[in-house]
Amino acid sequence: MYGNRSRFLTIMLTLGLAFFYIPMILLVIYSFNHSKLVPVWGGWSLRWYSELFQSPEVWQAVSLSLQIAVVNATFATALGTLAGLAMVRFGRFRGRTLFGGMLVAPLVMPEVITGLSLLVFFISLNQLIGWPAERGFATITIAHITFSMAYVAVTIQARLTGMGQTLEEAAADLGAKPFKVLTAITIPQLTPALISGWLLAFTLSLDDLVIASFVTGPGANTLPILIFSRIRLGLRPDINALATIMILVIAICVAIAAIVMFRQQRADMLDRQMAEREEG
Amino acid sequence: MTDVSNKPPSVSQGSFGSQMMRRIQSHWRQIITVIPFFWLLFFFLAPFFIVAKISLAELAIASPPFTKLVEWTDSGIVTIRLVFDNFVYIWEDSLYFDTYVNSLKISVTSTILCLLFGYPIAYAIVRSGPVAKPLLLFAIILPFWTSFLLRVYSWMGLLADQGTINNLLIALGIIDEPIRMLYTEFAVYIGIVYTYMPFMILPLYATMEKLDNSLNEAAADLGSRPTNTFFRITLPLTMPGIIAGSLLVFIPATGEYVIPDLLGGGNVQMIGRVLFNEFSRNSDWPVAAAVAIVLLFILVLPIMVFQYFQGKASEER
Repeated sequence: MYGNRSRFLTIMLTLGLAFFYIPMILLVIYSFNHSKLVPVWGGWSLRWYSELFQSPEVWQAVSLSLQIAVVNATFATALGTLAGLAMVRFGRFRGRTLFGGMLVAPLVMPEVITGLSLLVFFISLNQLIGWPAERGFATITIAHITFSMAYVAVTIQARLTGMGQTLEEAAADLGAKPFKVLTAITIPQLTPALISGWLLAFTLSLDDLVIASFVTGPGANTLPILIFSRIRLGLRPDINALATIMILVIAICVAIAAIVMFRQQRADMLDRQMAEREEG
Repeated sequence: MTDVSNKPPSVSQGSFGSQMMRRIQSHWRQIITVIPFFWLLFFFLAPFFIVAKISLAELAIASPPFTKLVEWTDSGIVTIRLVFDNFVYIWEDSLYFDTYVNSLKISVTSTILCLLFGYPIAYAIVRSGPVAKPLLLFAIILPFWTSFLLRVYSWMGLLADQGTINNLLIALGIIDEPIRMLYTEFAVYIGIVYTYMPFMILPLYATMEKLDNSLNEAAADLGSRPTNTFFRITLPLTMPGIIAGSLLVFIPATGEYVIPDLLGGGNVQMIGRVLFNEFSRNSDWPVAAAVAIVLLFILVLPIMVFQYFQGKASEER
């Protein structure tokens, strides 16, 4: 089913891609503008990049955001993988419907609701057990894990159903115990999904503004909180420079994830073809 | 870890460590299920009940700024005070009511716009050649991974009075005075459609990929015209994708905060922004909590429909 796009579809596709990319391209171009007024062209310059690198505020925010993102991605991948395994491989268990519901809801839940509810939760917890005494790194990380693990679980579930159970069944037939099957067969087979799940959780965390704004405390500014406080007052050329760097970093990460997934898909396809040939 | 599992039980009974190992091995399924389950119960479900509780409290000059629901009086009697004032206040104040209606109007319209533009784009990708297809898919996914905040910001530069679009139109001599676009409802629509479009395209693409082209060919052989085939075969078969994509846009867009704040300024009232401001500027937590509960109440049905379709989709795959 390919190679027969009508003219209408081609036009829509072209317009769509232009709509997606022109704003981003302009954002990048204006980051090299010397002028202080973003839309007024004042010649090419790296002025805003050097101002950006000299700002300690920016560095602190970048460092906090990266720390949160790495811890979040690691925990979210672990928890999301366990959740995905439970949902796909363990059949029916008590509370499965509630579990599945809580696992899907964060994907669509408006951020203001999640943010507000986590904040009041942390405050009540503090009154009860005295922790968290102050909000910042820990509270933001917990909040991020809670919604990122849902995205990881979706990725893992898709991979688990996609790869089928043939290898696991074969191992079990050859006498491997269920736990051995899990560690020796299932987890290694999941590696590409684990990598892309980790990267997804990482970028989700770097991207979050609303939930972090609710659960943060004084002095703990993540990068999105810093960017938001600046662009609320209007266009800022230094933010264009920051945006350009972030777009570049994310594009590289996504490209790596895409290549990993693509290779895995091709390997799966080859496996299947080999299997079919042997059967035939 | 792996070689322990092969040892016969009699060997590994010795130390405490190996006993732990055996415990883990016999109960690992429960452990795997219980850890993420309790995480979500604790950090996702429990917080909603606390919000519901606060929405029934009164504003107080205290930290945190609300009254307690359960109080121990001197005589040892528990008094429970539930105050529905916050909900009455939201219901009676036309500002809140109008804001809910306006949020729903904006999110429904944006969802329809995303569907109208996203459907042909997804269809075009499905019908592309084997080389172009993964590249096009990548091109759609890339902005989805790029910072949401920066994607919204990029439109501030385009839509501003001194922005790229106005500058271009003035330079071309089409207009003399800049058109006001930033800080209007129009800008909010652009922002939502722009940032949420990938959420529409990806589920649509996933269902379209599975379509069997022989159905279209059979219809054509039997003399069906392309428009007829589209409305009677393609559209009904892609319904799961349409529903999933629409809910992925509609539900979060209704509670959107960043887009109405940055692109709408103070001129576009949406409930997410009201909630955020009620909480952060006015510090009226009970009202903010009540606003959140009402929003959740409005969205609970669409969320359950979404969960149902997600569950069905993951079983079919």
